[in-house]
Amino acid sequence: MAKFFTKEHEWVEMDGAQAIVGISEHAAHELGDITFVELPKIGKSVKQFDTLAGIESVKAASDIYAPVSGKVAQVNDKLEDAPELVNQGAESEGWICRLEGVDASELGALLDAAAYAKYLEGL
Amino acid sequence: MGYCPNTPDEIREMLAVIGAGSIEELFAPIPAELRAKSFDLPPGMSEFELMRIMREKAAAGGAEIVPFIGGGIYDHIIPAAVDHLSSRAEFYTAYTPYQPECSQGTLQALFEYQSVICRLTGMEASNASLYDGGTAVAEAALMSLRITERNRVVLDASINPLHREIVTGYLHGLSAEAVEVAPDGCGSDLKRLIDSIDEETAAVIVQNPNFFGSVQDFSELAVKAHEKGALLIISGYPIALGLVASPGEMGADIAVGDGQSLGNPLSFGGPYFGFIATRKRFIRNLPGRIVGETIDNQGRRGYVLTLQAREQHIKRHKATSNICSNQSLCALRGLIFCASLGRKGFEELAVLNYDKAQYAKSRLTGVKGVSVMNAGTTFNEFTLSLPKDAAPVVEKLLACGVAAGVPLVQYYPGMDNALTVTVTEKRSKAEIDRLAALLEEALCS
Repeated sequence: MAKFFTKEHEWVEMDGAQAIVGISEHAAHELGDITFVELPKIGKSVKQFDTLAGIESVKAASDIYAPVSGKVAQVNDKLEDAPELVNQGAESEGWICRLEGVDASELGALLDAAAYAKYLEGL
Repeated sequence: MGYCPNTPDEIREMLAVIGAGSIEELFAPIPAELRAKSFDLPPGMSEFELMRIMREKAAAGGAEIVPFIGGGIYDHIIPAAVDHLSSRAEFYTAYTPYQPECSQGTLQALFEYQSVICRLTGMEASNASLYDGGTAVAEAALMSLRITERNRVVLDASINPLHREIVTGYLHGLSAEAVEVAPDGCGSDLKRLIDSIDEETAAVIVQNPNFFGSVQDFSELAVKAHEKGALLIISGYPIALGLVASPGEMGADIAVGDGQSLGNPLSFGGPYFGFIATRKRFIRNLPGRIVGETIDNQGRRGYVLTLQAREQHIKRHKATSNICSNQSLCALRGLIFCASLGRKGFEELAVLNYDKAQYAKSRLTGVKGVSVMNAGTTFNEFTLSLPKDAAPVVEKLLACGVAAGVPLVQYYPGMDNALTVTVTEKRSKAEIDRLAALLEEALCS
């Protein structure tokens, strides 16, 4: 399944009925060394583009928005002790959480990889 | 001693530079009706005359009164090293230590302070101090709301009443409430505290020793609070921690208190400092500054303000707390005080306070009609029941140069006869005996 991106630099990838969520490689690079990921509470419900989590680097603190609506089913608790995993692989082992109860039609409001790459060129 | 350093010649010279002919002309732009006609000041005095007047006023104002007052601030011995080391110019002149390259001494001192507070409280992380004990309790309450995402705190009413007022003041306007649980006599009502914890309770806040001087074990309360997802906050008197089990040992999540008794003089009510310490897992929610130890790119040890992403300038409205300053110099005094005493000295100080208070307790309860209201252990404070109203008795003893204690009726309506007496290491046997004799005399008359 392909990844979809928000203009706020989150990505989402469907894995069966669940959606895996993270921040883009571009965002991780821009933030610099990540020092803390404020993971969402399991069971928390979010609407698309609402605040889902928080991320802090040596130079900034940012919100992470939900690319799709859903309920937090799992969090990447490895990030509690090793937030640098986001820098090492923002779009792989540095994922943030999994959402369940997702409406896949919301992906239509997001950018695919090619459109996101083009969007980044214009920034 | 000349107060005004400018001679008439100097004034003339300065006026000439700016083109004004006289002082009157200098102030001319200010309408005459807005200018002071006279400052109504007496003639000047020599330094010697002034010092004599101040000494007389100090003596008349009660500076010689022997205090048996505590209630949150305490008259302890301050080793001379505290004044000498803390008044070094390096500590007095360093501005907020944001710039580690020029504030290493201040930052190291604060790091050591944090380490001492962690040792005392049995906690894993401390900040670099807060304004005072009351602010610390309130910040701990806010911290518990953030951590648990709940909106209710249970306040034991045997906490310092001023601190309770600050907590309710802080919570006012937030969508959070403070529920007070009345004490059982002079002790915390553990059963009612436990029963008051529900699914919306962020924290239970207790004080040890409490405002009546009672020492209690809150270990079971910690377990029960945690079972319901709430935190336990223990406010404490740092000197007592030389003898009493620490908040950490009792299972508390946050430890707070006023640091005045650690090397800071009473000085008419301040400045003091508050301490706050917590478990490592809550460090992101700890308000204020935290100094961390690190190494530079050449492997040399250095100190920096750390976890600043919690702060206002980065997180803006989502900052951990509005606290943006601390009490570095008072905290530094606390550090030097603890370092001067050392571990053994600190324990001895606590034992001395306990022993002297026990002696006072036995002497005062020997007075006819006087009994101790605390059911169990006390540290250096205890509450007496007198055979008549306590406030006028205290007034009577004050006229004899002894401040006998805190009449509780001002904080606990109905407790007209209750008097909380404090005995620190500074009170001599003779002073305690005199207190007993004067109390006997006052009660008989």
